[in-house]
Amino acid sequence: MSAAAVAVGPAARAQGVTRQRVLGIVYLLLAAAIAVIFTNVPDGASSTFGLNLGPSPAVKLPDLILPSATTAWVLAAFCGFSGAVQLVRGFGIRWAVVLGLVALAFTFAFLTWATAGKSVSLVGILQTTVQRATPITFAALSGLLCERAGVVNIAIEGMLLAGAFTGAVVGSIATNPWLGVLGAALVGAALAWVLAVLAIRYYVDQIIAGTVINIFSLGITSFLSARVLQTNLELNNPPRLTPFAIPILSDIPIVGPILFNHNVFVYGMFLLVIAIQVALFRTRWGLRVRAVGEHPKAADTVGIDVLRIRYTNVVLAGVVAGIGGAYLTIGSTGSFDQNMSAGRGFIGLAAMIFGGWNPIGAFLASLIFGFADSLQARLSILAVPIPSEFLLMTPYIVTIIVVAGLVGRVRAPAADGKPYRKE
Amino acid sequence: MSEPGPGAAVPAAEVEEPAAAPPGPEARPAGRFRALGGRALVPVLSILTAFVVGALVIVFSDPETLRLFTSDPVAALQRAVEQVASAYSALVSGALGSPTQIAGALASGDGKQIARAFVPISETVLNATPLIFTGLSVALGFRSGLFNIGAEGQLYLGAIFATFVGFSLSGLPLVIHLPLAILAGFAGGALWGFIPGFLKARTGAHEVIVTIMLNYTAYRLLDWILKTSVFQRVGRNDPISKVVEESAAFPRFVGDAALRANWSTVVALLAAIAVSWLLFRSIRGFEFRAVGLNPGAARYAGMNIGRTVILTMIICGGLAGLAGTAHVLGPSRTLTPGFSPGWGFDGIAVALIGGSRPLGVVLAALLFGALRAGATPMQAATGIPIDLVVVIQALVIMFVAAPALVRGIYRLRTTQVTGTEVFAKGWGA
Repeated sequence: MSAAAVAVGPAARAQGVTRQRVLGIVYLLLAAAIAVIFTNVPDGASSTFGLNLGPSPAVKLPDLILPSATTAWVLAAFCGFSGAVQLVRGFGIRWAVVLGLVALAFTFAFLTWATAGKSVSLVGILQTTVQRATPITFAALSGLLCERAGVVNIAIEGMLLAGAFTGAVVGSIATNPWLGVLGAALVGAALAWVLAVLAIRYYVDQIIAGTVINIFSLGITSFLSARVLQTNLELNNPPRLTPFAIPILSDIPIVGPILFNHNVFVYGMFLLVIAIQVALFRTRWGLRVRAVGEHPKAADTVGIDVLRIRYTNVVLAGVVAGIGGAYLTIGSTGSFDQNMSAGRGFIGLAAMIFGGWNPIGAFLASLIFGFADSLQARLSILAVPIPSEFLLMTPYIVTIIVVAGLVGRVRAPAADGKPYRKE
Repeated sequence: MSEPGPGAAVPAAEVEEPAAAPPGPEARPAGRFRALGGRALVPVLSILTAFVVGALVIVFSDPETLRLFTSDPVAALQRAVEQVASAYSALVSGALGSPTQIAGALASGDGKQIARAFVPISETVLNATPLIFTGLSVALGFRSGLFNIGAEGQLYLGAIFATFVGFSLSGLPLVIHLPLAILAGFAGGALWGFIPGFLKARTGAHEVIVTIMLNYTAYRLLDWILKTSVFQRVGRNDPISKVVEESAAFPRFVGDAALRANWSTVVALLAAIAVSWLLFRSIRGFEFRAVGLNPGAARYAGMNIGRTVILTMIICGGLAGLAGTAHVLGPSRTLTPGFSPGWGFDGIAVALIGGSRPLGVVLAALLFGALRAGATPMQAATGIPIDLVVVIQALVIMFVAAPALVRGIYRLRTTQVTGTEVFAKGWGA
């Protein structure tokens, strides 16, 4: 908002100069952390990473066995070297690549330390990553559809929750998961329509309108699940959409099980990411949407119906978020729990920002959150000497770091959040 | 970023006044009562409408009623009316008590009976207290153009700090120990408010996302801290803290065990007065409001916007921290996981209905405190889940935020279609 923009203008420029230095120091600190903590493993311990999944893979790969201490030292040296170079001369435009590599090195050092003397399935972690990233990607795509048209959608959380609830109930009544998904999409669209009317017709602040929908969704789903579902358990037992392997593709080692052995939600997510990417940047519709999001007045002048584009995009976003919510029940656990979306809608928004309001970027960002989530789930099994509460905090803290660290570097659609009044 | 007009959630009724009129207590005395009536009209109608929709939710969530509608509509209608009437009457008597019982108890002159008759009112006041704090927290943010959704997390941090001071020191007199614990609670919340304020001022990270993430972080932090040997009660395996010393607990108004209302409410009212002074009588507060209304102009006038944002978030966090403090030093005297029933989020509703004015916040908090106090007896008596109150609150916020909607429903004369003003402008980028 403008308060920050004004405040941040000069600060951000000064920060651009010091960012190099800050990054360099961060890399050095990470290197030191690896050297001090993650090399601290029993003598001669090695970390085993499984590269196969399932009982009888078509191509069986040997496990990846790494000496824990040596691996950590190598990774520490890499981080330290990157930090030194960053401080001395910087990496220029390749800074983002280096940042990614250092983050990867640190994560891998952490994994090596956590699995010292034990074994963990790397492919399993990555497969779970894709699953956990699915609802976040749907949320991010939903936010993206809205914000590209200039409407801030903070109600994704509520739409996910409502979608999850409706998916479970409709799926149970109809004993058909597809009808559950359809119901979830319709409910998501209905909530989005309310958001659109409040934001576009009544000029209600979009964040307040979104918050209303979030609170309402939480209240009504909790109310109904306490009043109806707890006494009628058969209403909360939908058939699930189970994973199926795509022939041939799923036999590719490593990549196969990670990407091509999921349920239809995950495949749908892949298609949706590509479809929205193409539609936004290669079609007339996409050009119009972006025009409305950047400069509604100009768009209006050339005859684009600004309000109609906004209405349709917000409702479409609701459909996407509703389907993402249905994943939580029909595509994952099956039954509905109170407040089961657990902030994924907001994490999706952060992924959208991280991805620069770009579908593929948002998907990659969601994968990072999915990875944090998946890692957290594995580590609690591995009995790592870190309290599980801190592992559970990781996705949220990653979100804060991402939003704080990148917001100055990516640019939101110019008219994002501003109501349009036709003159 | 050239969006003109106020950035704060100035209550709609106020926006409809001539645009130049600054918010403040210096309204023309002659039109004052009429203005107050006009200002209260939309909130009152909003609350009424929300209750009507709430009634529909009660009716349509009952499978039995729905079944009857097809076979015997009259019986279904009868059942629906009965259910709504019993739920709402349980809600009201749970919040305010029954007049006959109060009269009878007063007539009998028996101390115990009188105490029992006043339990509902005591519970309402008790439940309103944290809401006054969180409502003030959100309202102060609104005035400075910030949306603090983080009151929920901030109140947990406040509770953690206050509990620590409450049980770790002993042998101090009440006049020293209690203020110390309250200050600690303020500091804890302020710390959790400082983070989004600092990040917003330095990097432009939008406070909405950061505060929401800090809420989740605070839940986990509380879960963890209650398992540490410093906090966990000796001899217990479940997550529960040590007991706060008597000298750090808010004394109750009345000695009776059933009446839990205590002096934290007085602290809340003092906080409301302090916020009112800060906003409308101090130079700092003028800066807060100037930044909220028009950051560009505020900066041009030489105000340091980054500092204002940080300071506002610190005070917002501190106020929310006091909400948690009121609970742990008040009725519970101990810290448990997830003790807040959503006071931080209710604070948003309270601030909006109260028009981001301290007096309005106190009144709105009393209303929502009554709803909360009545919800538990309602669930016990009729089986209608407490969450009904959350639904009603969401509807109230919606109607208050979109006054045009309410005016449309009741065919009220409207001068100008307007909503609350804009918070989100592209996540600060």
